Amino acid sequence: MRREVPLIITAIVGVVMVVQYFIPHVPFSKVSNWQSDWFSIVAACAIWLGALNLFKTSLQKIFSRRGEWGYAVIIVVCFLIVAVVGFAEGRDFRNPGTWSDWIYNYVYSPLSSTMYAILAFFVASASYRAFRARNLDATLLLVAAFLVMVGRVPVGDVATGFLPEHWRLSDLATWIMNFPNTAGQRAIMIGVALGTVSASLRIILGIERSHLGGD
Amino acid sequence: MFRLLLIILVVALCAIWYVGRHAGWFGSVSFSPAVSLLVSIMLGLSIVWILILTIRGKFAERRVVFLYVGIAVAMPLFMSLTQKVAISSEAQMLYDYLQKVPPGSKVLVTFDYDPPSAAELQPMAESFLRYGFAHDFKMIIFGLWPQGPQQANLALTKILDEPDIRAKLPVYGVDYVNLGFQSGNEFVIQRLGSDFKSMFPADYQGTPYDSLPLVRNVRNYANVDYSFNLSAGYPGTKEWVLFAVDRYGLKMGAGNTAVQTTGMYPYVRSGQLLGILGGMNGAAEFEQLTGTLAKGTKFMLSQSFSHLVVVAFIVIGNVAYFMHERRKGKRSL
Repeated sequence: MRREVPLIITAIVGVVMVVQYFIPHVPFSKVSNWQSDWFSIVAACAIWLGALNLFKTSLQKIFSRRGEWGYAVIIVVCFLIVAVVGFAEGRDFRNPGTWSDWIYNYVYSPLSSTMYAILAFFVASASYRAFRARNLDATLLLVAAFLVMVGRVPVGDVATGFLPEHWRLSDLATWIMNFPNTAGQRAIMIGVALGTVSASLRIILGIERSHLGGD
Repeated sequence: MFRLLLIILVVALCAIWYVGRHAGWFGSVSFSPAVSLLVSIMLGLSIVWILILTIRGKFAERRVVFLYVGIAVAMPLFMSLTQKVAISSEAQMLYDYLQKVPPGSKVLVTFDYDPPSAAELQPMAESFLRYGFAHDFKMIIFGLWPQGPQQANLALTKILDEPDIRAKLPVYGVDYVNLGFQSGNEFVIQRLGSDFKSMFPADYQGTPYDSLPLVRNVRNYANVDYSFNLSAGYPGTKEWVLFAVDRYGLKMGAGNTAVQTTGMYPYVRSGQLLGILGGMNGAAEFEQLTGTLAKGTKFMLSQSFSHLVVVAFIVIGNVAYFMHERRKGKRSL
């Protein structure tokens, strides 16, 4: 029963979602709406579950002094500060001038932006060390990357401004994006869609059971 | 010891930045065009010197690349050089369609991003809101990312403070509304196709849906004239196209991070998306089209410099590679 019940629920939900797409009328539309509402409720609860799980595992790490437990201390302290401040300020915690707003604007935003911005340094360093014209494929990729990187910023047109229109770097970059890129993206999309359909069918029919934690 | 000093230095710089921002120290720091040009030439010459050193067999370290990227991003913020942004067909397409949206139209503006992507998407958001208020759009704002509505509030606070927009006296609940965040990703998009109120029973501040004049009569997508999605990933533009555009015929344009834009081109070519703004360049293009130059255009100089530095180091890296291969070949002979 522990395996059959989840399989039956999955099959019913999957079939209803497929059918309601093609027949958007009662009763399928009603059941679909009902399922969507439930999904939102489950997703909201999952956010709580995720947060509490992070808190619990961090506490366990601190008490057992496992690995880099110092980071876990930072997580717990920050978690408590944000949660206490948020709850203390009640419903208006997001209003300008509140402590939560201050934390968002002057702690969370700069820190998360910094983490993302560091990517620029790593991309530059990785390109310098690994982006080599070793063979024809790599050379093609290198040339395309060069044209798009310089062509998508104004300096590309400044450098090639003497060339006739439609031959400037921005035009070449646009051509690469519109044709080879779009063709490649379409191929990937069609492949992914076919894969998704077959994987979904396997899950709905109960052939694929890995999501239940088994074979 | 070195790490501790580094942490102290970073904290001190942050404190200086914070105090300086509030005291307005940095607003007036700007190099003249001549000095900006001189700094650019010096930067270029130093990269040529690194190339010469590489040819001589002295390869630049990783730290040198980091230093140059840092300079290329930071220096242009103080420069007063101007550059013309070429308008792409996708941005032109978005602007042309927007021109056809009549004043008073109900426009959905969805904020599906968080602070890490704000550098690219916040200038777009601000430009779009400015355009929307200037053209009397009735804007319904929400986000499928938890931080989205807060980013929307930051953009709203800034735009509503501009004299031209303030003069129009926009009223919350009548001219614009922030419905907040709703969890559920694409299920939310799908559910909005039948009932907005079920997903947003109250707005960001807790005001009941039916008490807001702007949305009182908005039942589903059929009551929305246009939608603009700002997206940095999942859920984002792709899900909006699949669940709202294809199924309910929502008219939609989008603003995406540069890295995500490449994947959206098929939707633009097929007409499912009515134009797209890609990355900071897209923000700058939209600013040029709307005639109000702002953050996007200003930051494009940094983007130009950093792209040039990355390309220069790729060339230097390849020179080093071929030098190494040549030496290996000579040794094996």
